[in-house]
Amino acid sequence: METSIEVKDLTKNYGEITAVNHIDFEVRKGEIFGFLGPNGAGKTTTIRILTGVIKPNSGTAAIMSYDILKEPLKAKQIISVVPEMANAYIDLTAWQNLMLIGELYGVPQRKRQERAEHLLREFELYERRNHLARGFSKGMKQKLILCMAMLTEPQVLFLDEPTSGLDVESARLIRDTIRQYNKDGTTVFLSTHNMEEANQLCDRIAIINYGRIAAIDSPENLRMESSSLKSVEISFDKPVPVNELSKIPNVTEAKKIGDKIRLYTDEPHSTINSLTDYARSKGLTIVSLNTLAPTLEDVFIKLIKEHRGD
Amino acid sequence: MPEYQFLEQVKRAFAIAKKDLRIYYKRGPVVIFGLIMPFFLFLAFSIGRSMPIEQLFTGLLGMAIFFSSMSIGPAIVPFEARSKNLERLVSAPVAVWAILIGDVIASFLYGFSISIVSLIIGLVLGVTITNALVLCLGMILAAFCFASFGVLLSAYPPTDIPSTVMMISNLVKFPLVFISGVFIPISGSGRIIASVSPLTYFTDLVNYCTEGNSYYSVFGDFAALIGFTLLFLVVAIKIHQKTLPERLS
Repeated sequence: METSIEVKDLTKNYGEITAVNHIDFEVRKGEIFGFLGPNGAGKTTTIRILTGVIKPNSGTAAIMSYDILKEPLKAKQIISVVPEMANAYIDLTAWQNLMLIGELYGVPQRKRQERAEHLLREFELYERRNHLARGFSKGMKQKLILCMAMLTEPQVLFLDEPTSGLDVESARLIRDTIRQYNKDGTTVFLSTHNMEEANQLCDRIAIINYGRIAAIDSPENLRMESSSLKSVEISFDKPVPVNELSKIPNVTEAKKIGDKIRLYTDEPHSTINSLTDYARSKGLTIVSLNTLAPTLEDVFIKLIKEHRGD
Repeated sequence: MPEYQFLEQVKRAFAIAKKDLRIYYKRGPVVIFGLIMPFFLFLAFSIGRSMPIEQLFTGLLGMAIFFSSMSIGPAIVPFEARSKNLERLVSAPVAVWAILIGDVIASFLYGFSISIVSLIIGLVLGVTITNALVLCLGMILAAFCFASFGVLLSAYPPTDIPSTVMMISNLVKFPLVFISGVFIPISGSGRIIASVSPLTYFTDLVNYCTEGNSYYSVFGDFAALIGFTLLFLVVAIKIHQKTLPERLS
Protein backbone atom coordinates (compact mmCIF):
# COMPACT_ATOMS: atom_id res chain seq x y z
CA MET A 1 0.00 0.00 0.00
CA GLU A 2 1.23 3.50 -0.90
CA THR A 3 2.61 5.59 1.93
CA SER A 4 1.63 9.23 2.51
CA ILE A 5 3.79 9.97 5.55
CA GLU A 6 6.97 8.15 6.43
CA VAL A 7 8.76 8.91 9.68
CA LYS A 8 12.09 7.31 10.56
CA ASP A 9 14.00 7.64 13.81
CA LEU A 10 12.69 11.17 14.38
CA THR A 11 14.07 12.98 17.41
CA LYS A 12 13.57 16.50 18.71
CA ASN A 13 15.24 17.92 21.80
CA TYR A 14 14.48 21.19 23.55
CA GLY A 15 17.61 21.63 25.63
CA GLU A 16 17.67 18.76 28.12
CA ILE A 17 14.14 17.65 27.30
CA THR A 18 13.54 15.10 24.55
CA ALA A 19 10.11 15.96 23.16
CA VAL A 20 10.20 13.31 20.41
CA ASN A 21 12.41 10.30 20.97
CA HIS A 22 13.44 8.17 17.95
CA ILE A 23 9.95 7.54 16.64
CA ASP A 24 9.09 5.56 13.50
CA PHE A 25 5.73 5.18 11.79
CA GLU A 26 4.03 5.24 8.42
CA VAL A 27 0.68 6.63 7.39
CA ARG A 28 -0.94 4.90 4.45
CA LYS A 29 -2.43 6.82 1.59
CA GLY A 30 -6.13 7.52 2.13
CA GLU A 31 -6.32 6.58 5.80
CA ILE A 32 -7.27 8.60 8.85
CA PHE A 33 -4.37 8.18 11.24
CA GLY A 34 -4.95 9.13 14.86
CA PHE A 35 -2.18 10.41 17.08
CA LEU A 36 -3.07 10.08 20.75
CA GLY A 37 -1.17 10.95 23.85
CA PRO A 38 -1.38 12.85 27.11
CA ASN A 39 -0.37 16.53 27.33
CA GLY A 40 3.33 16.99 26.64
CA ALA A 41 3.67 13.57 25.01
CA GLY A 42 5.13 15.00 21.80
CA LYS A 43 2.07 15.14 19.55
CA THR A 44 2.26 18.81 18.58
CA THR A 45 6.05 18.68 18.21
CA THR A 46 5.67 15.76 15.79
CA ILE A 47 3.06 17.65 13.76
CA ARG A 48 5.24 20.76 13.70
CA ILE A 49 8.15 18.73 12.36
CA LEU A 50 5.98 17.00 9.75
CA THR A 51 4.59 20.32 8.56
CA GLY A 52 8.02 21.94 8.30
CA VAL A 53 7.53 24.46 11.09
CA ILE A 54 10.46 23.19 13.17
CA LYS A 55 13.43 21.00 12.33
CA PRO A 56 14.20 17.71 14.07
CA ASN A 57 17.58 17.04 15.70
CA SER A 58 17.82 13.73 13.86
CA GLY A 59 15.79 11.36 11.74
CA THR A 60 13.78 11.87 8.58
CA ALA A 61 10.19 12.61 7.66
CA ALA A 62 8.72 12.46 4.18
CA ILE A 63 5.33 13.53 2.86
CA MET A 64 4.36 11.70 -0.34
CA SER A 65 8.07 10.89 -0.73
CA TYR A 66 9.17 14.53 -0.39
CA ASP A 67 11.67 14.86 2.44
CA ILE A 68 10.43 17.70 4.67
CA LEU A 69 14.01 18.85 5.29
CA LYS A 70 15.40 18.50 1.77
CA GLU A 71 12.34 19.51 -0.25
CA PRO A 72 10.23 21.50 2.21
CA LEU A 73 8.36 23.62 -0.33
CA LYS A 74 7.29 20.59 -2.40
CA ALA A 75 6.14 18.80 0.74
CA LYS A 76 4.29 21.85 2.08
CA GLN A 77 2.57 22.38 -1.27
CA ILE A 78 0.60 19.14 -0.92
CA ILE A 79 -0.31 19.42 2.74
CA SER A 80 -2.59 21.62 4.79
CA VAL A 81 -2.57 22.19 8.51
CA VAL A 82 -5.16 23.00 11.13
CA PRO A 83 -2.78 23.84 13.96
CA GLU A 84 -3.79 23.61 17.60
CA MET A 85 -2.96 27.19 18.47
CA ALA A 86 -2.69 29.08 15.20
CA ASN A 87 -5.36 31.50 14.27
CA ALA A 88 -6.88 33.00 11.18
CA TYR A 89 -5.86 36.64 10.69
CA ILE A 90 -8.41 38.36 12.90
CA ASP A 91 -7.94 41.72 11.15
CA LEU A 92 -8.84 40.21 7.80
CA THR A 93 -12.31 39.14 6.71
CA ALA A 94 -13.14 35.47 6.23
CA TRP A 95 -12.94 36.00 2.47
CA GLN A 96 -9.57 37.79 2.66
CA ASN A 97 -8.18 34.98 4.83
CA LEU A 98 -9.20 32.42 2.24
CA MET A 99 -7.84 34.46 -0.66
CA LEU A 100 -4.53 34.88 1.17
CA ILE A 101 -4.16 31.13 1.65
CA GLY A 102 -5.07 30.57 -2.00
CA GLU A 103 -2.35 33.00 -3.07
CA LEU A 104 0.23 31.47 -0.74
CA TYR A 105 -0.41 28.04 -2.27
CA GLY A 106 -0.52 29.38 -5.82
CA VAL A 107 -4.18 28.45 -6.41
CA PRO A 108 -5.38 30.27 -9.57
CA GLN A 109 -7.68 33.22 -8.85
CA ARG A 110 -10.88 31.83 -10.34
CA LYS A 111 -10.40 28.46 -8.66
CA ARG A 112 -9.68 29.95 -5.26
CA GLN A 113 -12.77 32.13 -5.50
CA GLU A 114 -14.96 29.16 -6.46
CA ARG A 115 -13.47 26.96 -3.73
CA ALA A 116 -13.80 29.71 -1.13
CA GLU A 117 -17.47 30.27 -1.96
CA HIS A 118 -18.18 26.53 -1.87
CA LEU A 119 -16.40 26.02 1.46
CA LEU A 120 -17.94 29.07 3.12
CA ARG A 121 -21.40 27.85 2.11
CA GLU A 122 -20.61 24.31 3.29
CA PHE A 123 -19.51 25.60 6.69
CA GLU A 124 -22.37 28.11 6.92
CA LEU A 125 -20.03 31.12 6.95
CA TYR A 126 -20.92 32.58 3.56
CA GLU A 127 -23.18 35.28 4.99
CA ARG A 128 -20.30 36.39 7.24
CA ARG A 129 -17.65 36.31 4.49
CA ASN A 130 -17.05 40.08 4.59
CA HIS A 131 -16.84 40.26 8.38
CA LEU A 132 -13.52 40.46 10.20
CA ALA A 133 -12.55 37.13 11.81
CA ARG A 134 -12.03 39.14 15.03
CA GLY A 135 -15.79 39.03 15.64
CA PHE A 136 -16.15 35.28 15.06
CA SER A 137 -16.94 32.81 17.86
CA LYS A 138 -14.44 30.02 18.59
CA GLY A 139 -16.52 27.58 16.57
CA MET A 140 -16.73 29.93 13.60
CA LYS A 141 -12.99 30.59 13.74
CA GLN A 142 -12.30 26.86 13.79
CA LYS A 143 -14.59 26.35 10.81
CA LEU A 144 -12.79 29.19 9.00
CA ILE A 145 -9.41 27.60 9.74
CA LEU A 146 -10.69 24.30 8.35
CA CYS A 147 -11.98 26.13 5.24
CA MET A 148 -8.50 27.68 4.86
CA ALA A 149 -6.92 24.24 5.13
CA MET A 150 -9.32 22.66 2.62
CA LEU A 151 -9.13 25.50 0.07
CA THR A 152 -5.94 24.08 -1.40
CA GLU A 153 -7.38 20.56 -1.80
CA PRO A 154 -4.48 18.98 0.10
CA GLN A 155 -3.36 15.41 -0.39
CA VAL A 156 -2.49 15.21 3.30
CA LEU A 157 -4.37 17.11 6.00
CA PHE A 158 -2.88 17.61 9.48
CA LEU A 159 -5.33 18.39 12.25
CA ASP A 160 -4.12 19.18 15.75
CA GLU A 161 -7.01 18.95 18.24
CA PRO A 162 -9.54 20.22 15.67
CA THR A 163 -12.64 19.91 17.85
CA SER A 164 -11.10 20.95 21.16
CA GLY A 165 -13.40 23.32 23.04
CA LEU A 166 -16.13 23.29 20.39
CA ASP A 167 -19.85 22.80 20.96
CA VAL A 168 -21.35 19.44 20.03
CA GLU A 169 -22.85 20.64 16.74
CA SER A 170 -19.66 22.32 15.46
CA ALA A 171 -17.56 19.32 16.52
CA ARG A 172 -19.89 16.97 14.65
CA LEU A 173 -19.80 19.15 11.53
CA ILE A 174 -16.00 19.12 11.59
CA ARG A 175 -15.89 15.33 12.10
CA ASP A 176 -18.35 14.79 9.25
CA THR A 177 -16.23 17.04 7.03
CA ILE A 178 -13.05 15.14 7.88
CA ARG A 179 -14.83 11.89 6.96
CA GLN A 180 -16.12 13.37 3.71
CA TYR A 181 -12.73 14.69 2.57
CA ASN A 182 -11.07 11.42 3.55
CA LYS A 183 -13.67 9.59 1.44
CA ASP A 184 -12.67 11.86 -1.44
CA GLY A 185 -9.04 10.73 -1.07
CA THR A 186 -7.40 13.06 1.46
CA THR A 187 -5.07 11.36 3.93
CA VAL A 188 -5.76 12.68 7.42
CA PHE A 189 -3.31 12.89 10.32
CA LEU A 190 -5.39 13.64 13.40
CA SER A 191 -4.02 14.51 16.79
CA THR A 192 -6.69 14.40 19.48
CA HIS A 193 -7.37 13.89 23.15
CA ASN A 194 -10.85 12.71 22.40
CA MET A 195 -10.90 8.88 22.50
CA GLU A 196 -14.40 8.64 21.11
CA GLU A 197 -13.44 10.90 18.23
CA ALA A 198 -10.39 8.76 17.48
CA ASN A 199 -12.50 5.61 17.75
CA GLN A 200 -15.13 6.96 15.36
CA LEU A 201 -12.78 8.46 12.78
CA CYS A 202 -9.47 6.64 12.67
CA ASP A 203 -8.41 3.64 10.63
CA ARG A 204 -5.29 3.31 12.76
CA ILE A 205 -4.03 4.95 15.91
CA ALA A 206 -0.58 5.64 17.32
CA ILE A 207 -0.30 6.21 21.03
CA ILE A 208 2.63 8.41 22.00
CA ASN A 209 3.96 9.01 25.49
CA TYR A 210 7.17 10.68 26.68
CA GLY A 211 8.05 11.21 23.03
CA ARG A 212 7.96 7.48 22.22
CA ILE A 213 5.38 5.46 20.33
CA ALA A 214 3.70 3.06 22.77
CA ALA A 215 1.47 1.29 20.22
CA ILE A 216 0.21 1.53 16.65
CA ASP A 217 -2.81 -0.42 15.43
CA SER A 218 -6.46 -0.16 14.50
CA PRO A 219 -8.77 0.87 17.37
CA GLU A 220 -10.40 -2.59 17.26
CA ASN A 221 -7.10 -4.46 17.41
CA LEU A 222 -5.83 -2.27 20.23
CA ARG A 223 -8.95 -3.13 22.21
CA MET A 224 -8.75 -6.82 21.44
CA GLU A 225 -5.07 -7.11 22.25
CA SER A 226 -5.69 -5.66 25.68
CA SER A 227 -7.36 -8.86 26.89
CA SER A 228 -6.68 -8.05 30.53
CA LEU A 229 -9.02 -5.10 30.13
CA LYS A 230 -12.05 -7.26 29.33
CA SER A 231 -14.59 -6.95 32.08
CA VAL A 232 -17.85 -8.25 33.47
CA GLU A 233 -20.30 -5.80 34.95
CA ILE A 234 -22.80 -7.13 37.47
CA SER A 235 -25.43 -5.84 39.88
CA PHE A 236 -27.21 -7.74 42.64
CA ASP A 237 -30.45 -7.10 44.49
CA LYS A 238 -28.46 -6.45 47.70
CA PRO A 239 -25.17 -4.66 48.40
CA VAL A 240 -22.08 -6.87 48.13
CA PRO A 241 -18.56 -6.17 49.43
CA VAL A 242 -16.32 -5.45 46.45
CA ASN A 243 -13.26 -7.04 48.04
CA GLU A 244 -15.05 -10.42 48.18
CA LEU A 245 -15.61 -10.35 44.42
CA SER A 246 -12.02 -9.38 43.72
CA LYS A 247 -10.98 -12.77 45.16
CA ILE A 248 -12.80 -14.66 42.37
CA PRO A 249 -10.23 -16.55 40.20
CA ASN A 250 -9.01 -14.69 37.05
CA VAL A 251 -10.33 -11.35 38.33
CA THR A 252 -7.50 -8.81 38.27
CA GLU A 253 -9.42 -5.84 39.63
CA ALA A 254 -12.89 -5.09 40.98
CA LYS A 255 -14.42 -1.60 40.97
CA LYS A 256 -17.73 -0.25 42.21
CA ILE A 257 -19.32 1.82 39.47
CA GLY A 258 -22.64 3.29 40.61
CA ASP A 259 -24.91 0.41 41.66
CA LYS A 260 -22.82 -2.04 39.62
CA ILE A 261 -19.51 -3.79 40.17
CA ARG A 262 -17.05 -4.09 37.30
CA LEU A 263 -14.66 -7.04 37.38
CA TYR A 264 -11.64 -6.94 35.06
CA THR A 265 -10.75 -10.42 33.86
CA ASP A 266 -8.99 -12.18 31.00
CA GLU A 267 -11.50 -15.07 31.26
CA PRO A 268 -14.99 -13.52 31.20
CA HIS A 269 -16.69 -16.90 30.69
CA SER A 270 -15.28 -18.54 33.85
CA THR A 271 -15.80 -15.31 35.80
CA ILE A 272 -19.52 -15.39 34.92
CA ASN A 273 -19.72 -19.01 36.18
CA SER A 274 -17.96 -18.01 39.40
CA LEU A 275 -20.34 -15.07 39.85
CA THR A 276 -23.46 -17.20 39.45
CA ASP A 277 -22.01 -19.70 41.99
CA TYR A 278 -21.29 -16.79 44.34
CA ALA A 279 -24.82 -15.40 44.00
CA ARG A 280 -26.34 -18.84 44.64
CA SER A 281 -24.16 -19.44 47.70
CA LYS A 282 -25.06 -16.04 49.20
CA GLY A 283 -28.76 -16.16 48.29
CA LEU A 284 -28.42 -13.14 45.97
CA THR A 285 -30.35 -12.39 42.80
CA ILE A 286 -28.46 -11.10 39.78
CA VAL A 287 -30.23 -7.96 38.51
CA SER A 288 -27.99 -7.39 35.48
CA LEU A 289 -24.93 -9.03 33.97
CA ASN A 290 -22.93 -7.76 30.98
CA THR A 291 -19.58 -8.58 29.45
CA LEU A 292 -17.67 -5.52 28.25
CA ALA A 293 -14.88 -5.19 25.71
CA PRO A 294 -12.22 -2.65 26.71
CA THR A 295 -12.85 0.88 25.52
CA LEU A 296 -10.16 2.77 23.67
CA GLU A 297 -9.83 4.93 26.76
CA ASP A 298 -9.08 1.81 28.87
CA VAL A 299 -6.42 0.76 26.38
CA PHE A 300 -4.96 4.25 26.28
CA ILE A 301 -4.68 4.52 30.05
CA LYS A 302 -3.21 1.02 30.32
CA LEU A 303 -0.57 1.73 27.69
CA ILE A 304 0.32 5.07 29.20
CA LYS A 305 0.68 3.48 32.65
CA GLU A 306 2.78 0.63 31.28
CA HIS A 307 4.96 3.11 29.47
CA ARG A 308 5.38 5.16 32.61
CA GLY A 309 6.27 2.01 34.53
CA ASP A 310 3.37 2.29 37.03
CA MET B 1 2.56 24.40 -9.95
CA PRO B 2 6.32 24.89 -9.68
CA GLU B 3 6.00 26.24 -6.17
CA TYR B 4 9.76 26.30 -5.64
CA GLN B 5 10.49 28.56 -8.63
CA PHE B 6 11.77 32.03 -7.92
CA LEU B 7 8.98 33.93 -9.67
CA GLU B 8 6.28 31.89 -7.97
CA GLN B 9 7.86 32.70 -4.61
CA VAL B 10 7.99 36.41 -5.53
CA LYS B 11 4.25 36.27 -6.34
CA ARG B 12 3.62 34.77 -2.91
CA ALA B 13 5.80 37.49 -1.35
CA PHE B 14 3.43 40.06 -2.87
CA ALA B 15 0.45 38.22 -1.34
CA ILE B 16 2.17 38.57 2.05
CA ALA B 17 2.83 42.26 1.38
CA LYS B 18 -0.85 42.81 0.57
CA LYS B 19 -1.82 41.11 3.82
CA ASP B 20 0.72 43.17 5.80
CA LEU B 21 -0.56 46.44 4.40
CA ARG B 22 -4.17 45.51 5.16
CA ILE B 23 -3.34 44.64 8.75
CA TYR B 24 -0.44 46.73 10.01
CA TYR B 25 -0.57 50.27 8.56
CA LYS B 26 -3.03 51.39 11.23
CA ARG B 27 -1.48 49.56 14.19
CA GLY B 28 -0.52 51.79 17.13
CA PRO B 29 3.26 51.31 17.04
CA VAL B 30 3.32 51.86 13.26
CA VAL B 31 1.39 55.13 13.49
CA ILE B 32 3.33 56.37 16.53
CA PHE B 33 6.84 55.48 15.37
CA GLY B 34 6.21 55.89 11.64
CA LEU B 35 4.23 59.12 11.52
CA ILE B 36 3.72 60.96 14.78
CA MET B 37 7.25 60.72 16.17
CA PRO B 38 9.11 61.85 13.02
CA PHE B 39 6.60 64.68 12.60
CA PHE B 40 7.28 66.01 16.10
CA LEU B 41 10.99 65.44 15.68
CA PHE B 42 10.80 67.52 12.50
CA LEU B 43 8.96 70.27 14.36
CA ALA B 44 11.52 70.17 17.17
CA PHE B 45 14.33 70.72 14.69
CA SER B 46 12.67 73.34 12.52
CA ILE B 47 10.57 75.59 14.78
CA GLY B 48 12.35 78.77 15.75
CA ARG B 49 15.28 78.28 13.40
CA SER B 50 15.80 80.33 10.30
CA MET B 51 16.61 77.54 7.91
CA PRO B 52 16.32 77.71 4.13
CA ILE B 53 13.28 75.85 2.80
CA GLU B 54 15.52 73.40 0.90
CA GLN B 55 17.22 72.34 4.13
CA LEU B 56 13.87 71.95 5.86
CA PHE B 57 12.66 69.86 2.96
CA THR B 58 15.69 67.56 3.23
CA GLY B 59 14.86 67.05 6.89
CA LEU B 60 11.16 66.48 6.27
CA LEU B 61 11.71 64.01 3.45
CA GLY B 62 14.56 62.23 5.22
CA MET B 63 12.60 61.80 8.44
CA ALA B 64 9.42 60.72 6.64
CA ILE B 65 11.04 58.09 4.48
CA PHE B 66 13.36 56.80 7.19
CA PHE B 67 10.81 56.45 9.97
CA SER B 68 7.80 55.35 7.92
CA SER B 69 9.74 52.74 5.89
CA MET B 70 11.08 51.30 9.13
CA SER B 71 7.79 51.33 11.03
CA ILE B 72 5.95 48.26 9.69
CA GLY B 73 8.88 45.87 9.24
CA PRO B 74 9.95 45.46 12.87
CA ALA B 75 6.34 45.03 14.04
CA ILE B 76 5.19 42.22 11.74
CA VAL B 77 7.21 39.21 12.89
CA PRO B 78 6.71 39.69 16.65
CA PHE B 79 3.00 40.49 16.16
CA GLU B 80 2.52 37.36 14.06
CA ALA B 81 4.54 35.20 16.42
CA ARG B 82 2.29 36.33 19.24
CA SER B 83 -0.96 35.83 17.33
CA LYS B 84 0.29 32.40 16.12
CA ASN B 85 -0.15 33.46 12.50
CA LEU B 86 3.57 33.04 11.87
CA GLU B 87 3.25 29.28 12.32
CA ARG B 88 0.58 29.24 9.62
CA LEU B 89 2.83 31.21 7.25
CA VAL B 90 5.82 28.97 7.90
CA SER B 91 3.76 25.84 7.23
CA ALA B 92 2.71 27.25 3.84
CA PRO B 93 4.86 26.58 0.76
CA VAL B 94 6.59 29.93 1.00
CA ALA B 95 10.34 30.24 1.59
CA VAL B 96 11.49 32.26 4.61
CA TRP B 97 13.17 34.73 2.27
CA ALA B 98 9.87 35.24 0.41
CA ILE B 99 8.01 35.88 3.70
CA LEU B 100 10.62 38.52 4.61
CA ILE B 101 10.63 40.06 1.14
CA GLY B 102 6.85 40.34 1.48
CA ASP B 103 7.33 42.24 4.74
CA VAL B 104 9.95 44.45 3.08
CA ILE B 105 7.64 45.20 0.14
CA ALA B 106 4.84 46.22 2.53
CA SER B 107 7.18 48.50 4.49
CA PHE B 108 8.57 49.92 1.26
CA LEU B 109 5.13 50.76 -0.14
CA TYR B 110 4.08 52.37 3.13
CA GLY B 111 7.28 54.40 3.46
CA PHE B 112 7.26 55.43 -0.19
CA SER B 113 3.62 56.59 0.01
CA ILE B 114 4.32 58.69 3.10
CA SER B 115 7.41 60.20 1.48
CA ILE B 116 5.34 61.15 -1.59
CA VAL B 117 3.08 63.13 0.74
CA SER B 118 6.18 64.87 2.17
CA LEU B 119 7.41 65.58 -1.35
CA ILE B 120 4.07 67.17 -2.26
CA ILE B 121 4.20 69.29 0.91
CA GLY B 122 7.71 70.41 -0.08
CA LEU B 123 6.59 71.34 -3.60
CA VAL B 124 3.60 73.27 -2.26
CA LEU B 125 5.96 75.18 0.06
CA GLY B 126 8.02 76.19 -2.96
CA VAL B 127 10.92 73.74 -3.05
CA THR B 128 12.45 73.45 -6.50
CA ILE B 129 13.53 69.98 -7.60
CA THR B 130 16.36 70.23 -10.12
CA ASN B 131 16.54 66.51 -10.93
CA ALA B 132 13.22 64.74 -10.43
CA LEU B 133 14.44 61.42 -11.84
CA VAL B 134 17.36 61.18 -9.40
CA LEU B 135 15.09 62.13 -6.49
CA CYS B 136 12.47 59.59 -7.49
CA LEU B 137 15.04 56.80 -7.88
CA GLY B 138 16.64 57.84 -4.62
CA MET B 139 13.31 57.69 -2.81
CA ILE B 140 12.60 54.21 -4.19
CA LEU B 141 16.06 52.92 -3.25
CA ALA B 142 16.01 54.56 0.17
CA ALA B 143 12.51 53.28 1.03
CA PHE B 144 13.57 49.74 0.07
CA CYS B 145 16.83 50.07 1.99
CA PHE B 146 15.15 51.32 5.18
CA ALA B 147 12.37 48.74 4.86
CA SER B 148 15.05 46.00 4.72
CA PHE B 149 16.73 47.57 7.73
CA GLY B 150 13.40 47.45 9.62
CA VAL B 151 13.00 43.74 8.91
CA LEU B 152 16.59 43.16 10.03
CA LEU B 153 15.86 44.90 13.33
CA SER B 154 13.04 42.42 14.03
CA ALA B 155 15.39 39.45 13.60
CA TYR B 156 17.02 39.52 17.01
CA PRO B 157 16.11 38.94 19.80
CA PRO B 158 13.50 36.38 18.66
CA THR B 159 10.74 37.84 20.79
CA ASP B 160 6.99 37.90 20.33
CA ILE B 161 6.65 41.23 22.13
CA PRO B 162 6.35 44.03 19.52
CA SER B 163 7.22 46.80 22.02
CA THR B 164 10.61 45.17 22.69
CA VAL B 165 11.46 45.27 19.00
CA MET B 166 10.15 48.82 18.59
CA MET B 167 12.28 49.96 21.53
CA ILE B 168 15.41 48.36 20.10
CA SER B 169 14.69 49.75 16.66
CA ASN B 170 14.32 53.27 18.11
CA LEU B 171 17.61 52.88 19.92
CA VAL B 172 19.20 52.28 16.52
CA LYS B 173 17.17 54.81 14.53
CA PHE B 174 17.71 57.94 16.62
CA PRO B 175 21.52 57.97 16.56
CA LEU B 176 21.38 57.40 12.81
CA VAL B 177 19.15 60.45 12.36
CA PHE B 178 21.64 62.62 14.26
CA ILE B 179 24.73 61.41 12.40
CA SER B 180 23.19 61.56 8.94
CA GLY B 181 23.03 65.31 8.45
CA VAL B 182 19.28 65.32 8.03
CA PHE B 183 18.94 68.79 9.53
CA ILE B 184 22.44 69.99 10.28
CA PRO B 185 24.99 69.41 7.53
CA ILE B 186 27.88 67.22 8.65
CA SER B 187 31.42 68.25 7.92
CA GLY B 188 34.97 67.28 8.82
CA SER B 189 35.56 64.11 10.79
CA GLY B 190 31.79 63.74 11.32
CA ARG B 191 31.67 62.58 7.72
CA ILE B 192 33.43 59.34 8.63
CA ILE B 193 30.81 58.52 11.23
CA ALA B 194 28.04 59.65 8.89
CA SER B 195 29.20 57.22 6.22
CA VAL B 196 28.02 54.22 8.27
CA SER B 197 24.41 55.43 8.07
CA PRO B 198 22.37 54.68 4.93
CA LEU B 199 20.31 57.79 5.65
CA THR B 200 23.41 59.92 4.93
CA TYR B 201 23.36 58.88 1.28
CA PHE B 202 19.68 59.65 0.85
CA THR B 203 20.15 63.06 2.51
CA ASP B 204 23.05 63.68 0.14
CA LEU B 205 20.84 62.80 -2.84
CA VAL B 206 18.08 65.16 -1.69
CA ASN B 207 20.63 67.95 -1.26
CA TYR B 208 21.81 67.29 -4.79
CA CYS B 209 18.26 67.46 -6.14
CA THR B 210 17.31 70.65 -4.29
CA GLU B 211 20.44 72.68 -3.65
CA GLY B 212 22.52 71.26 -6.50
CA ASN B 213 25.43 70.23 -4.29
CA SER B 214 26.29 66.92 -2.67
CA TYR B 215 29.23 65.45 -0.79
CA TYR B 216 29.28 62.13 -2.65
CA SER B 217 28.61 61.58 -6.32
CA VAL B 218 25.07 60.59 -7.28
CA PHE B 219 26.31 57.17 -8.35
CA GLY B 220 28.17 56.84 -5.06
CA ASP B 221 24.94 57.53 -3.17
CA PHE B 222 23.02 55.03 -5.29
CA ALA B 223 25.74 52.40 -4.88
CA ALA B 224 25.80 52.90 -1.11
CA LEU B 225 22.00 52.57 -0.83
CA ILE B 226 22.04 49.41 -2.98
CA GLY B 227 24.93 48.00 -0.96
CA PHE B 228 23.22 48.66 2.37
CA THR B 229 19.97 47.15 1.04
CA LEU B 230 21.69 43.94 -0.01
CA LEU B 231 23.59 43.75 3.26
CA PHE B 232 20.44 44.27 5.35
CA LEU B 233 18.45 41.75 3.31
CA VAL B 234 21.08 39.01 3.41
CA VAL B 235 21.76 39.44 7.13
CA ALA B 236 18.01 39.66 7.93
CA ILE B 237 17.26 36.45 6.03
CA LYS B 238 20.18 34.60 7.64
CA ILE B 239 19.27 35.67 11.19
CA HIS B 240 15.54 35.10 10.75
CA GLN B 241 16.19 31.62 9.35
CA LYS B 242 18.24 30.86 12.42
CA THR B 243 15.91 32.39 15.02
CA LEU B 244 12.57 31.32 13.53
CA PRO B 245 12.42 27.90 15.28
CA GLU B 246 13.13 29.63 18.59
CA ARG B 247 10.36 32.12 17.92
CA LEU B 248 7.92 29.34 17.10
CA SER B 249 8.73 27.07 20.01
